[in-house]
Order: sequence, then structure tokens, then C-alpha cells
Amino acid sequence: MVAAVQPTRTEKLAREVLTSGDVSRALRRIAHEILERNKGADDLVLLGIPSRGVPLARRLVTVMAEVEGVQVPVGSLDVTMHRDDLRHQPVRRLYPTDIPPDGIDDKVVVLVDDVLFHGRTIRAALEALAELGRPRAVRLAVLVDRGHRELPIRADHVGKNLPTSSSERVRVHLAELDGEDSVTIEGGDR
Amino acid sequence: MNRHLLSSADLTRDDVETILATAEQMHEVQKRDVKKIPTLRGRTIINLFFEDSTRTRSSFEIAGKWMSADTINITGKGSSTSKGESLRDTVRTIDAMAVDALVIRHHASGACHQVAQWVDASVINAGDGTHEHPTQALLDAYALRQRIGDLDGRHVAIVGDLTHSRVFRSNVITLGRLGAHVTVVAPPTLMPSGIADWSKTDGFATSWDLDEVLEGGGTHGPVDAVMMLRVQRERMSGGYFPTPREYTVTYGLTRDRMRRLTAMNPYVVVLHPGPMNRGLEIAADVADSPNSVVLDQVSAGVAVRMAVLYHLLSGEA
Amino acid sequence: MPILIRGARLLGERTADLLVDGERIVQVGSITAGRDTTVVDAVGLVALPGLVDLHVHLREPGREDAETVGSGVQAAAAGGFTAVLAMANTTPVTDTAEAADHLYDLGRSYHHCDVQPVGAVTKGLAGAELAELGLMARSRAKVRVFSDDGYCVSDARLMRRALEYVKTFGGVISQHAQEPRLAGADACAHESELSGRLGLPGWPGIAEESIVARDVMLARHTGSRVHIAHVSTAGSVEVLRWAKAQGIDVTAEVTPHHLLLTHDLLESYDPVWKVNPPLRPEEDVRALREALADGTIDAVATDHAPHAPHDKDHAFVDASPGMVGLETALGVVGEVMVHSGLFDWAGVARVMSVNPARIARLDGHGQPLAAGSPANVTLVDPSATWMVHRDESHSLSRNNPWHGRELTGRVVATYQRGVCTARAGRALVPETAGGSW
Repeated sequence: MVAAVQPTRTEKLAREVLTSGDVSRALRRIAHEILERNKGADDLVLLGIPSRGVPLARRLVTVMAEVEGVQVPVGSLDVTMHRDDLRHQPVRRLYPTDIPPDGIDDKVVVLVDDVLFHGRTIRAALEALAELGRPRAVRLAVLVDRGHRELPIRADHVGKNLPTSSSERVRVHLAELDGEDSVTIEGGDR
Repeated sequence: MNRHLLSSADLTRDDVETILATAEQMHEVQKRDVKKIPTLRGRTIINLFFEDSTRTRSSFEIAGKWMSADTINITGKGSSTSKGESLRDTVRTIDAMAVDALVIRHHASGACHQVAQWVDASVINAGDGTHEHPTQALLDAYALRQRIGDLDGRHVAIVGDLTHSRVFRSNVITLGRLGAHVTVVAPPTLMPSGIADWSKTDGFATSWDLDEVLEGGGTHGPVDAVMMLRVQRERMSGGYFPTPREYTVTYGLTRDRMRRLTAMNPYVVVLHPGPMNRGLEIAADVADSPNSVVLDQVSAGVAVRMAVLYHLLSGEA
Repeated sequence: MPILIRGARLLGERTADLLVDGERIVQVGSITAGRDTTVVDAVGLVALPGLVDLHVHLREPGREDAETVGSGVQAAAAGGFTAVLAMANTTPVTDTAEAADHLYDLGRSYHHCDVQPVGAVTKGLAGAELAELGLMARSRAKVRVFSDDGYCVSDARLMRRALEYVKTFGGVISQHAQEPRLAGADACAHESELSGRLGLPGWPGIAEESIVARDVMLARHTGSRVHIAHVSTAGSVEVLRWAKAQGIDVTAEVTPHHLLLTHDLLESYDPVWKVNPPLRPEEDVRALREALADGTIDAVATDHAPHAPHDKDHAFVDASPGMVGLETALGVVGEVMVHSGLFDWAGVARVMSVNPARIARLDGHGQPLAAGSPANVTLVDPSATWMVHRDESHSLSRNNPWHGRELTGRVVATYQRGVCTARAGRALVPETAGGSW
């Protein structure tokens, strides 16, 4: 997940690995996969992890509406308070947690995030979810999996697998927040 | 935000907005079945109350516990008549147990400022004498914003015993930070000394005439909210006002005043930090009216205190 | 052995030698040292008559953890004092001849400084009945100054009776002017915008002024004299000026701290600044300095009030009021009054020796530096600048508001009836006293 990293002004050898077209195709495919795996839209709830997981979740739900003609409930799940690294950094601001009205009990919750990296964010998300209810199943959809897992966590649906070195920075830009859709990698000097 | 919260003046506008935004998230926790988040696990918070206060203390205690901190209540001794252990010794003994925060309520103004000089822990002022009560001002702002939204340019009247009120002092600062206009209303005997200069420096208006202010005839025009402060009957013996009856007629939020007020502004908000003297400074049914946010203030208290604890204690030390 | 103090400027004016033999000054002028005479080089120093402090708290009996007569007189000698008046608010209170004599004898067992007991005006300082003023006056201690200091004699009728009664033996009431209905026991900060903001109970100037006004009129009415302790406001100064112009027999004292420290220091809530009467704003400080310079205020008195740490380490409102001051008084007065040009060392002699001795009727003190006078002499280096450190003190207490501050003017040596009691800020043990440099 990129959110922990401060944006820098200098674009050090940033290279685009997903174009805007790549992003929308990946999202379409993920939306289809979720529906296929779930055999339809029944009991599905999509929760985006702020900040970029949220617009991604919304887009997935839009695609699903086109495909199945059903409005899948969508919301957000802020994991800040469950992070395991709070003590090691300055105080972090919180984002909204917005659970759809029918809740998550006995539902199939699909967590949506932009980048899967160490896996700690998802661990925190599972803990946060446990306090909100008891889903029947929890799945994970990410736009980018860049490897380097530190915990036994894997994504069910991946937009693109991106092998990276740990020193590189993966940046996801989304039209809703950044004006355009693009995924870039930069840095990599050691 | 520095590591203590001693005065409302310690918080910039940004700080206040951040805390109130965080409080909104914390408020969600209150609505859950399992009211527990792990954020302050392993932190130790001591509620050191030298002055009785069930409401504030339990609010802080619940806030700490919901955030998984270890909270312990200690009743401080040390009124001016029992000169046993000095205040310094009392707090340093507790601090020596490597606690993370001291939430302190004390009967003497400035006590928290002094304690902050003597300990390593974070110090949170839960009310010091007649000086300040920063978390109260924050929860008042929170409850007010929930009703009427953004406070920029809004007009809040604070009415009652200003001389002995720490709520007044903190609220003037916090409301000012959020861009609200404040008018304080009290008889001259209940206004702190030097208030004329003070009001000029800090930009709030003063008035002895409650009706004029409620009718919108004061400096800042129509009021959006009225905060009634508790008046202690004991003040009569100090000669501050002749009888409770006279106080109610001249400075109380009576049914009649409320009727005229809501006729001008049906959405006017009534606040009271509590505990209330129903019938003295506020009529019983005014306190229970739909315009009153008294219970919201209490509910907000836990969320706001969770937010304060979060911002002072969750990050790196 | 005779002592020749050579080359000092007497009262900061003419340079002359002083020859001390036994307990007296025997010669003043240009003197050649005889054999067996100890010579003290005082060139560049100012010689003052031994300083007299009208107002100290020695805490013994009762609070020997904060100060004892022994530690107090050493601090006094180091500060240039040859006599101090010890206030009556001890435990037990000095309200009988026996208690006065006990304190007097205790003082005489040390040789650093004369301790003159002050008697209480009312029994137990309760403000209800007159204490045995006459018996205290007849005691060995020969009490002449009476004060309920710590408390105001607020009952007008009682104050009248006390003023009348002490006329029989030339006594004087030293009034702690604080009308309790306007400034109660909790009052601790000058009533102002600042006290309002800080939430500290206000102590309005009028609480002092109304008592000063009442008591000068009572003094006139009863034909007696009255003394006002620790004057702190410009309003009190106005009343005193008027009263003296009327010929009313009133005298007044001011503390060193009220001549320099202002109430904005209370913003830190540090109890070292807590004192009664409280620190006031700049306008009052200025008025007090002018009054001291023009004689409206007759004397500087330290109100030396030592407190153990556990009495100060409380919230401001709960802490005990008071500051130590014996060892810094001369430095503060030098800094505030002489250094600034408000008056000269002769003026210092007047307000710190001559006038206090006269007010207290201490004949052996405040005498001119002339042949025949008792050899109570304080030598001062007028231009020495020194940094105050609260731990460098003979007092048992550390509640020192001057800690870390630089003062100009320092006591170099103190002579009490011909015996050197302190040198370079250190009190001397009696056996080693009387020696030379």
C-alpha cells in the first residue's frame, strides 16, 4: 500500500507500468471474477480501504451493476486504529468507516485496495472487520500485487502482478483523486 | 499538537478541526456492539481527580477503556487544609510508575501547568479550578456542530457565573478558533475582573442584558446558540446576587425567553455543561426541549475524549 | 583588640577611617593604626550603620524545618543586618511575656544579630481579644512593636483599643493591611485582567487601601502612632502621603520584592511568586519606589518568610505565601534605588537602618557613624555585581525569587557591637569573629 509513503516532487525515473486503459481493463476483469467466484451478486459487500481503495471499490460496483443489473452495497473501512505500527510514527489522521445499512454479518465481504505489499494493512483490516460483525467470508481484490509479503496474506483477485524491489515506490493515480488513471514505479536506487 | 493538553489555547484551529473529525470516527465506535479498538493497548492512563466529578471522570475512563488502554482512577488528596504530601510528591510518585498520561482535575487554577513541569507523562487538564476545561469546550463545539454545522460567523451567547467558570474560559478560546462570535452575559458581580480589557484583547462581547442579546440587539446580532452555565446557590452568600428568584428572572433561560427565542430562530441550540440547576438558570422544560443538546454533549464527551487521547498518545512518544 | 576600618565612604559620602574599640566607635577621621590594631582595608567600600529589619519570620518555635533563630540570624548577618524584628506568628504565638522572653533569650544565645521579638496584638492572632501588650512591654524583651502579621487587625474597635493602649509605653502597632471581606484567605493574585484569565482568586488593592485609610484616621483620632507593614499599592501611597501631610504619626515599610517584581510573573503559576500582599503591576512598583525615595515610605523591611519545600510544592492557590529575603535585600535596594539614581547610599542608610531603628525604638541601632555610637557597621561594595543562587544561603529554606538574577551591591562585612559577624556573604562563628582579613 502506498499511503504510508510521502509523495515526493521529484519523479525519479518514474516509469508507467499500467496505462489508463490497462487500469480500466483490469477493473472490468476483477469485477467479473468477483461475480464469478461468488456465483452472482447475492450477499456481496465491497469495502474499499481508504484512500484509494474507496474509488476502486465504487468503480467495481458500477461495473457489476452493468453486468448483473444489481447494485452491490459498497462502503469504506478505515484501518488506521488497528495498524501495528502506530507507536513508531507521528499520529495518523483517521478516515471514515462507512458500512452499508445491511451490515456485514453473514455477508461475503470483498476488501478492495490499490496495492498489496507487506500485507499488514490487510491484517489490520481483518481485525477491524472482526469488530464490526461476522462475515461469512472475506476476500481481497487489489489493483496491484507487488510482492514482499511479511505475513501469510494473499489476494483473491489481482489486477496486475508487479515484481518490484523493496526500495522502489509504486504509485497508483486515480482520476477521482489524482486527475488521471495510471500506475508508475519509481526509485529503485540502493 | 504537543504532548500536553493544558489549555484550550494549546490548540490551533487545525488541531481543533482534526480532533473533532477524529471524534466523529470515534463516535461510530460508540454505536457498535463491541465497543473496543486496540489503538491504545499497552498505554497506561491515570485519572487523578482531586475534585469530585463522576461525569468527567467516567467519561475519560470509558474513553480510555474503549481504546484498550489501562485506565486507573486515583482520588487525589491534598486540599489546602490537608497539607500532607505536596502536590509535587503526589504526581511524581505516580509518574515514577512509568505511566503514559495523567488526566487531572484539581480545585486550584494552574495545577495542571505546574504538574506538567514535574512529570514525564502527558498531562491532560480535566478541569483546573476556575481556569480551564479544554475537553469540555471541544465536546461543546462538537455537539454544536452536529446541530448547526460549521461555526464560522455563528453567534454563541454564554450566560451565567463567568467568574467561577472554567467552561467559559475554554469555550471562548475554542469557539473563537472555529470562527464563532461570542457574547458573554452576566451581572457585573459575576464577571471576572478586567473583563473589559480581556474582551477587547480576545474579541468577545460582554453584556449585562440577557434579553437584549437574545433578541439579537447586541453587538453580534441574532444568536445561533445559547450556553447556560451553572450558577451555584452558594454564591448568594458571597453577595453575588440577592436571591435565586431574582437571578432566574434576570438571567435565567425561562420558558418565556425560550419561546421568544425560538420564535425568532426555531433552530437555536441550547447547551449546558451540567450539572443543571433546573428552575434556576434553566427552566426544566427548556432543558428537555428539542433545541437542547445537553444529552448530546454527554455522548460527545466520550468520543471527544477518545479523540484527544488518540492524538496525544497513539503516535510515537 | 581595636579594629581600624580604613578608607570607607561613610554613607557613600565622605571618606574617613573608623576606629572601633570594644563595642563602640571611638574615633572617626584620618587615623593612624596603633599597635595591636587590626586594620580592615575598606577602600572603595561604603560604610552604613548596621541594617535593621522591621519584619522577619524566624519560624521558631514551631516550624524549625523551615527556619530556626540560629539559621535566621546567620542569614541576617550575611545580609548586613545587626538587628531584626521577629514576627509573632510562631507556634505558639508570641502573645505573652514568657513567649517573648523565650524568643529574646534564644536570640541572645547566638551572637550574629539582635533579635527583637514582636508581640501579637490579639491573643493567638485570633483578632478577638487584646493580648497582654503591657506585660510584653515590661518583659526582658521590652516589646515595643506589636503585630498580628499574617492577619489583619480588621475589627475597627479592636484596632482603636490597641492603638490607644500602646501609648502608655511608646509602643506601635504594625498593621498587615488586608480587609478580609475584600481579600479573603484564598486571595492570592492582584485582582486584574490577569487574575481573571489565570483563574486565581483576586486580591484587590482596595483591600489594603481601605485599611490603611481607616487606620491613619484612627491614629489621628487616638493621638497614637501606627505603622503599616509591606505597603504594596499606589493607592496606599496616596493615603500615606496625605496622612503625613496632615501630621498624622504614621510610618510605613515596603519589601524589596514589591520594589521590583510584578504580577505578570504569576503566569507560570510557580508558587515561588506567591506572597502576601501579592505582586502588583508596574504602576504600583513605580509608585512604591518614588514613595521610598521621597520619604512617604520610611523603611525597607524584608518580610523574610522561609517555607519548607512541601509547603510550596503545591498548586498556586494551595501553596504557602512568602519569599526569603535577608541575604538579598541590600542587593535589591542597591539595584533598584541606587543604581537607578532614585537615591544614594545615605538614602539606603535612612531606609534600612536609621528609620527602622527609630520606628522600633531600638536605641542601640541606626546610630550615626560617629564617635560614641555602638559599633554596628555594615560594609558594602557598591559596584559588585553578583548572581543569586538559592542554595548559597544560610536560611534553611529555598523559596527565593531572586535565584538566577544578577544584583548590584553586596555586603562585604557586618559588625555587631564591634564584632565581625559576617564576611563576604558568610556568617562567622563567634570564635573566629573579630579577626582581620
